[in-house]
Amino acid sequence: MASVSHHLDVPESQPESSLSGNMYRWVSTVDHKRLGLLYAMAALLFFVIGGTQATLMRMQLAVPNNHLISPAMYNRLFTMHGTTMVFLVGMPLLAGFANYLVPLMIGARDMAFPRLNAFGFWVFLFGGLLLYYSYIGGGALYGSGSAPDVGWFANAPLTENAFSRGTSTDYWSLGILVSGLGSVASAINVIATVFSMRCPGMTLARMPIFVWLMLVDSWMILIALPPLSAAQIMLTLDRHVGARFFDTQAGGSALLWQHFFWIFGHPEVYILIFPAFGTVSEVIPVFSRKPIFGRQAVVAAAVAIGFISTSVWAHHMFAVGLSSVTNTFFAASTLLIAIPTGIKVFNWIATMYGGKLRFEVPMLFCCAFLFQFVVAGLTGVMLGVAPFNFQLHDSYFVVGHFHFTLVGGFIFGMFAGIYYWFPKATGRMLGQQAGRWHFWLFCIGFNLTFLPMHVMGFLGMPRRIYTYAPGRGWEVWNMMASIGVAFQIVGLLFFFYNVIRSLRSGPLAGDDPWDAWTLEWSTTSPPPEYNFETIPVVRSSRPLWDLKHPNDPDWRYG
Amino acid sequence: MAYTASPPLDATTAATEWKPPDRGTVGIASFIVAETALFAIFVAAYLFYLGKSLNGPYPRDVLTVPVTATICLLSSSGTIVMAERALQRHQTGPFRLWWMLTTALAAIFLVMTGMEWWKLIRHDHLTVSTNCFGSTYYGLVGLHASHVIVGLFFLTLVLLVSFRGFPITTQERRIKLLSWYWHFVDAVWVVVFTVVYVIGR
Amino acid sequence: MAPAILSLLQIGLLQAALLQGTAAKSGERRITNIFEPFATPAAAERDIGLFVMLITAAIFVAVCALLISTMIRFRRKPEDDERQEPPQVYGSNQIEIAWTFIPLLIIFVLIGVTARVIAVVQGANPGPAPVRARIIGHQWWFEVQFPELGVATANEIHVPVAGSSGPATMFQLESVDVIHSFWVPQLAGKLDMVPNRANTLWIDPTEPGTYLGNCAEYCGTQHANMLLRVTVEPKDEFLAWAAAQKASINVNTQDVEGRQVFESLSCVNCHAVRGTPANGKFGPDLTHVGSRQTIASGMIPNTPQNLRAWVNDAQEMKPGVLMPNMKLTKQELDSVVSYLVSLK
Repeated sequence: MASVSHHLDVPESQPESSLSGNMYRWVSTVDHKRLGLLYAMAALLFFVIGGTQATLMRMQLAVPNNHLISPAMYNRLFTMHGTTMVFLVGMPLLAGFANYLVPLMIGARDMAFPRLNAFGFWVFLFGGLLLYYSYIGGGALYGSGSAPDVGWFANAPLTENAFSRGTSTDYWSLGILVSGLGSVASAINVIATVFSMRCPGMTLARMPIFVWLMLVDSWMILIALPPLSAAQIMLTLDRHVGARFFDTQAGGSALLWQHFFWIFGHPEVYILIFPAFGTVSEVIPVFSRKPIFGRQAVVAAAVAIGFISTSVWAHHMFAVGLSSVTNTFFAASTLLIAIPTGIKVFNWIATMYGGKLRFEVPMLFCCAFLFQFVVAGLTGVMLGVAPFNFQLHDSYFVVGHFHFTLVGGFIFGMFAGIYYWFPKATGRMLGQQAGRWHFWLFCIGFNLTFLPMHVMGFLGMPRRIYTYAPGRGWEVWNMMASIGVAFQIVGLLFFFYNVIRSLRSGPLAGDDPWDAWTLEWSTTSPPPEYNFETIPVVRSSRPLWDLKHPNDPDWRYG
Repeated sequence: MAYTASPPLDATTAATEWKPPDRGTVGIASFIVAETALFAIFVAAYLFYLGKSLNGPYPRDVLTVPVTATICLLSSSGTIVMAERALQRHQTGPFRLWWMLTTALAAIFLVMTGMEWWKLIRHDHLTVSTNCFGSTYYGLVGLHASHVIVGLFFLTLVLLVSFRGFPITTQERRIKLLSWYWHFVDAVWVVVFTVVYVIGR
Repeated sequence: MAPAILSLLQIGLLQAALLQGTAAKSGERRITNIFEPFATPAAAERDIGLFVMLITAAIFVAVCALLISTMIRFRRKPEDDERQEPPQVYGSNQIEIAWTFIPLLIIFVLIGVTARVIAVVQGANPGPAPVRARIIGHQWWFEVQFPELGVATANEIHVPVAGSSGPATMFQLESVDVIHSFWVPQLAGKLDMVPNRANTLWIDPTEPGTYLGNCAEYCGTQHANMLLRVTVEPKDEFLAWAAAQKASINVNTQDVEGRQVFESLSCVNCHAVRGTPANGKFGPDLTHVGSRQTIASGMIPNTPQNLRAWVNDAQEMKPGVLMPNMKLTKQELDSVVSYLVSLK
């Protein structure tokens, strides 16, 4: 990386190339790009851990009455898998993309609060490590070394002292509380950056869609994460000073926890999908060679999703016995949220319509994203119909549904983003051939794993079971799902191979390998620490288009 | 749009016309939004458990309306505004006076909350583990009190640095952010007061 | 859409598996397909399920057709000029309005249908004089009581055939510890069993047989093996079953030696056998354990060998279960098992 002698954060005394010097620069960095990469690397590390946990679970469930994994261990696996994937993969990937891209896309030299940014990352990492320390230090009923086993939703009163002895649940509660602090810090930072750091001419109306979505996303984080923190504080008070918030044996309510958790939990799934929405909204136009269709509609739909997402939470609770009026209200709000989501999908397809589609790897991931996200959205509609939900709730159908949103949607979107922005961050292209192998194997494996889960749900297979008896019609589907995992693993191996090979000897990317239109492509790859030599001035939402087509600039059309 | 007809915008004119909002203001406003969500859940828990305690003591038996403490805290919002105005006029003396008053009022509030808790614990035997009322009461009032403590820490810090000769008039922007936080703590108290001492009794 | 297509695919497989399952154990329906209901709630849920699947499948097909045709038609062709960009289209308000309002209409239809079916499932009247049962969730078994009939048992619920020949059955669902969920897919959608709360659910099964179900809310270590079965039988058989289950055991005609051993052990701290000093409430009532089809909350068939293995070391069969290893001697084990087998 180019040395920047006038920057105060890098002590001059550190030799450029020594390992300790490099380490020091990464650990002490307040540069949004380095922090973004740190977030992404931490997320990939936890992704491998969470994926390993999932693989173990699929091995256990491949055949009925399997004795590979004990029930206690299985319960810890799915708890840690869910918690890891949501809080230690989803949230940091989101923060990583936001950190890396938002300042570059709005023509800023850093985030609004660089030190708060570093604080957010290290607090998040500490929370994650605290959670994983439970494997070593978490005392439980049967001795020490026990990860939490209460599910990522940690329903009361299963988490109370009476049913969860030892300290494993505390690691869940405190680890996530701490990492949540980091998420809120980074959300505040994104909002302040977007409002205050935009380059001249970058009005809100001209901001890239990705930046808009990260802005709405950060708002959702501000509103959704503190309720989880509050509930976790209450839970900790219950467990350690004898408070009665969720203690059903002393008049506490079991359902209150669920309300609080899902007030966080449902906006959370939109929080996770938004970076994918944003990425797709950037990648599809560039590879279709057309501007996004209906910019305002796409942004307005995101804002609408943000609003409606705060009032759909009880659709996770249709089966707890709420009144029919409550169930009807939440079914209605849940179905309504399909509208803005559908608008987005239509706009993406309309962006492709009439374009010149280049099916390079980022675009392949975007296309798979579209198909899979449509499935996820429609199974979501099915789940939103409360009476059908009485059957489908907590069955494998739900597992299939949300993996279609979070893997088929979020992870595919993030892979599109990684292939798209990797050249910007490293200066080198990822291999096309290995990328295609990665895409096809991962896509096939993903569908092979998660499509059968919908059928398992139709056949009455409940979630979170460590084993099942033969003869109930579940075997063949479970076997299919487990085989799919192997494809996914090989696909991911291609990805990691691709990344390592490209870092060493990938073809140089140049500033603008995709012939794209947003500001991050106007600087070098990788960008210097100060991002832009001169702060750019923009006049439309596609400043580089204006530059490349001086005779037909975007700003003519508003 | 307007730009279609106007001449291209160059960097120099842009720099003078382009005034995005202050990042500190946006940051503190976002922080307040997050804090509001945090308090909302504790308020919801308090309201949810009203009248649901299986055993006493109940709110109407033990809670007395903290009139003096409330007056102290709410008037501290006024005094901090006065301090800010003094700072805008670069009058360090009046600023210190008003700031000291604010700090004192905050401290009085905190002491009175402590005395209330002392009475509840020692005399009424209401602790966090007595019943749902105890849990939610100490949870909500305690969360607010912890925010007062944080506020008091920063108020005191400003007071100390200003008395040690730090040119506090250069910190107008940061003082403004702190006062926003303090107004938020006061506003939350209005909600807590209404929920705990008006509706809850 | 894909799940819908898959559900069509599964029918053939299902039929084969169903026949197989039925052959294996007469009357026991092992394939709990939610699209094959045998009571009003499950039927109402199936109907709305098929309705919404039809709509979503139509949307899926339409969107996919659009997407695929777009991908094929507008892919970059080798003969295309690299530098020639396609026409830059920024959007169209008419189109945006169209694809906002058409889905909105569909969603309003769905909301209306949903509201109606919620009323059917949650608010409907199960008819006159239903049979009432209390089902109480424990970690990890279902306590079953018919208060009006004096029946107390576990994990296996018998109910009369409803309709013209008999009344519906009303369940009151409760829990003594954590949240569980009552789910017998072919009879009714799930309803949670929440501590400090009583939820009610009714069924009016029309077809005799045994219907399998599971606990459907994660409730701790052995959630997976918290199974239940509902046996639907003609009203007279049901009443005979209830009368037999109600009776206390005859202390004198039972296996006296086994009973004495059983009562001398700490079994009685958790288990009740009505008519004897054993009156524990923590574990399942064993008064008529010999008459049940399964033990270990539906996990294994109730055979003397299984029973013996279970009493010998429940932890081995079902790790984490709250029944401890009593470390019985071989003789104690023999006596206890023969006593339990005799409790018909």
